[in-house]
Amino acid sequence: MTAASSTGQGNGVRLGVVLLATPLLLWLLVLVILPHVDLLLVSLRERIAFRQYEFSFANYIAFFVEPLYWNTYVRTAVMSIMATVLTLIIGFPVSYYIAKIMRGRGKNVLFMMCLIPFWVSELVRTFGWMILLRESGVISSFLQWAGLVDGPVEMLYNDVTIMVGLVYTSMLFMVVPLVSVLDSLDDSLIEAGYDLGGNAFTVTRDIVIPHAMPGIASGCIVVFMLTLGNYLTPNLLGGKDSLWFTEQIYTQFITRFNWESGSAFGFLLLVLSSLIVWIGLKLSRQTLADTVR
Amino acid sequence: MADQFDLECRNVGKNFDRFVAVDNVSLTIPKGSFFSILGPSGCGKTTLLRMLAGFQEPTSGDILIKGKSVLGVPPNRRPVNMVFQHLALFPMMNVADNVAYGLRRRGVDKATINRKVAETLARVGLPDSGPKQISQLSGGQKQRIAIARCLVLEPAVLLLDEPLGALDLKLREHMKVELKQLQHEIGTTFVYITHDQSEALVMSDQVAVMNAGKFEQVGTPQDLYYNPQTAFVASFVGESNRWRGTVGETTGDYVAINLDKGGVILADKAAHASLPTGQDVEIFVRPEAIAIGRSDAAPDPVPGNNSLTGTVENVLFNGAASSVQIRETATGHEMSVALPQTGAFANLRAGDVINLAWHASQTRCFAGVLPSGIEGGQS
Amino acid sequence: MARKNGAVRASMLGVTAIAGMMMLGAAAQAAELRLLTWGGYAPDEVIDLFEKETGIDVQVTLSNNEDMISKLRATGGGGFDLAQPSQDRIAGPQQEYGIYKPLDLSKIDGAQFIASMFEATKANTTVDGAVYGVPHVWGTDGLVLDTSKAPNVKDYLDLCSDEVAGKVSYRLRRPTLIAFAFSMGLDPFAAYGDEAKYQEILDAVEAKLIECKPNVKTYWEGSDGLVNLLLSGEIVAAMAWDTGGWRLNNDNPAMNFVAPTSGALGWIDTFAMPAKADNEDEAYQWINFVMKPEIAAMITASAGNFTASKGADAFAEDKLKEQFQASFPQEALDNINWYPPVPAGLETLEGKTLDRIKAN
Repeated sequence: MTAASSTGQGNGVRLGVVLLATPLLLWLLVLVILPHVDLLLVSLRERIAFRQYEFSFANYIAFFVEPLYWNTYVRTAVMSIMATVLTLIIGFPVSYYIAKIMRGRGKNVLFMMCLIPFWVSELVRTFGWMILLRESGVISSFLQWAGLVDGPVEMLYNDVTIMVGLVYTSMLFMVVPLVSVLDSLDDSLIEAGYDLGGNAFTVTRDIVIPHAMPGIASGCIVVFMLTLGNYLTPNLLGGKDSLWFTEQIYTQFITRFNWESGSAFGFLLLVLSSLIVWIGLKLSRQTLADTVR
Repeated sequence: MADQFDLECRNVGKNFDRFVAVDNVSLTIPKGSFFSILGPSGCGKTTLLRMLAGFQEPTSGDILIKGKSVLGVPPNRRPVNMVFQHLALFPMMNVADNVAYGLRRRGVDKATINRKVAETLARVGLPDSGPKQISQLSGGQKQRIAIARCLVLEPAVLLLDEPLGALDLKLREHMKVELKQLQHEIGTTFVYITHDQSEALVMSDQVAVMNAGKFEQVGTPQDLYYNPQTAFVASFVGESNRWRGTVGETTGDYVAINLDKGGVILADKAAHASLPTGQDVEIFVRPEAIAIGRSDAAPDPVPGNNSLTGTVENVLFNGAASSVQIRETATGHEMSVALPQTGAFANLRAGDVINLAWHASQTRCFAGVLPSGIEGGQS
Repeated sequence: MARKNGAVRASMLGVTAIAGMMMLGAAAQAAELRLLTWGGYAPDEVIDLFEKETGIDVQVTLSNNEDMISKLRATGGGGFDLAQPSQDRIAGPQQEYGIYKPLDLSKIDGAQFIASMFEATKANTTVDGAVYGVPHVWGTDGLVLDTSKAPNVKDYLDLCSDEVAGKVSYRLRRPTLIAFAFSMGLDPFAAYGDEAKYQEILDAVEAKLIECKPNVKTYWEGSDGLVNLLLSGEIVAAMAWDTGGWRLNNDNPAMNFVAPTSGALGWIDTFAMPAKADNEDEAYQWINFVMKPEIAAMITASAGNFTASKGADAFAEDKLKEQFQASFPQEALDNINWYPPVPAGLETLEGKTLDRIKAN
């Protein structure tokens, strides 16, 4: 943009800017813009007969008319928001502890412990939860051994389990931005808050949270997007009741061969999730620029 | 009569594991005075201040504010407030909200808050700055807002943790005077900690010099300067010429101190009666206590006068605070001597030979030998 | 500058080297076969024998019916030389996406095939007069049971009985819809040509499966997961492939595959040639090779299912033959419902039904 408008500058400078921007522009064009244009085009056609397609909004109409898809989307969005809020509620004290209370090596060790589960793939982590929670699994066996329950307990295949899995999977992405933003909070601000009569609640509300807001916003955006786009965790832990929107898209593409409606769903997911993030930013009075600061 | 004192410490100590940060400190601060704690970094003054504010609990002893023990009282319930080293203004609030913060926490009604905030801002000379963001303020303005934020709560004691440290030299000089004036006007007790002797001397009614967790001496600035009680105070407060020596023979009212590197200096016997003959001592003489004269005008032989000659090595011209560095002819000692402000010696040059004189009463000796590394405080 | 030029030259050399290797790769491609198939259909020992005999390098990509169609659709039928979709899933996708090319039957040794299966598969995979598939491996869907804990499960509908409540699993895929339809006394295959009639059947099955949902522990996805569920005792009855039952039978004699009273569902996986297959000759060589009775028996041992190779039974393991005979007495064998080709469009209806079942 600036390179194009600054006609007064020398050619050398402009060439440099262009060369620097090329990888980014290529990346955007080839890997972001083109696929989405294609997705949009595919989503706007309807199958008439063998290998015959026509321009149509049928796929989008189907989404809004068929309550099944709507319900799945709303359920996915609501559960993602809940997972984001839960991750924040759990992640904030953890981050605060790491950033403000721990000192020296203990701090690094604790931070690493948050990181270690992410050295294995999400699949392995999810299987780990399944081993723990299944009817013949570790926790059920332990409860029986301890005499707390009479028979095996099934803890898999329900919404609570999905939530546990999602929060667990997202934790790191909340803790990292929060730790870094809380690290940058001068301890004396917190002390000043207490010194001037604040208590733990008001100091957190008036000083810590306003300072951490950009980190909270960026953590929440990342967690929300990851959760919304998660496929494995709801599918494996949710079992017969998982019903996740990305699963719906996957099904449309892979098992129904219905690329048209899959594309439409993909596009709607993009638009609606962007909308939710936008509303979230408005409500928290943050800007996208703040969150990437 | 404890309630005459706003703040009292009784044998307060603080250990971190095996390290003793504050060692058995006692102090009383009368109502409305400006009290400074002066010491080098690591001397325990910050720990002491944080115990007064309530951020740390003493390991031993008691702290009383307005005659009541505050042990176990958290910082938000203590009638003291603190101005932090880097001020710690809340950047997420504007100036008025910063000042109103403490009042809101007390649940004061809105109208009162607005009135008090306006009054306080006016008192620190920034009546119109309420809607400004913190980042829009200059260094000196931030300073005043940080103080206003505490004063609006009308604390029994205001604690200040080197708040001038971050300012540039000129502003710091200006703020010293302003702070002193402000304290005088509002009459709140100030406890001010600093490593800068000039801040302490200029502003304070009382100064405690602190070293290695202990108070070396508590007194008025004049007291500290002219009657230091320990070698540390003598060296930390103001400039001094320093020698090492041993106590020698007494002649009449004067006692001779034999310098380790040669030469003899006379000191008052009365002031140093406790020092036995043969005791190792540190000797201090203020640069401005030494009179200088041209070598051809030999001083009158006054009884008890120390009289030397030396060669000028360097002239350090600094206006009213000018001095010369001199090498003493007989022993080769280096000495620093203040130049009279009259300009009588304006034509002094390196290599000139001059004579030096000071009376034995200006010589201060302290038993024992200080660990090296502690030199005069900065000024 | 000199250094810079050196770096440039080095990178040019690197580029040349890579280009050279790519050309080498292209040259080596002449003796290559890219196979898109199911797990167990191309065991290592068979590939080794084939390579020894022909010098052709075989690259295997594991897949399933839907995945094969999706992959080939995405590339327009490129990237692979031979695929192995089920015989009922060839005609529809071929009409819709044109992802296969006709087989040259003159290059296939028809005498190696069981004649009835060969003809039936050719008939089912014929589009516009051209044949697109020949049979390879066949098997059935039915019930896999722990007979000691679920003695009364005889048919798919019994999976919904109180006796096995919470200890049942099946896939949420089209075979399940069809199996339950048969079990309910309906004939979905007869309604393949009539969308309205088929929808009626789907609606009935949907209601039944929603009603049955509390009985289900989870819908299984991979056969390993299913075997795990049965071995751990978390479920006692499932609708699944025959091989799964036989595998379990090896570990626990109480577990076995049982042909349901309404009939097991018979499927045949085929050989079909992707539209952009580069190595046709190698593909035909592979077909003729693996249909040799002794090679087919090796594949049966690896996949657990029998093949369409004539005379391969003679080489099959006795244990497997015994298991097969136990699961399939003559009347059960006669009772198998073989999948006819799926007309295009039905999958969309089925998809919505499956979505609704999952959502409820």
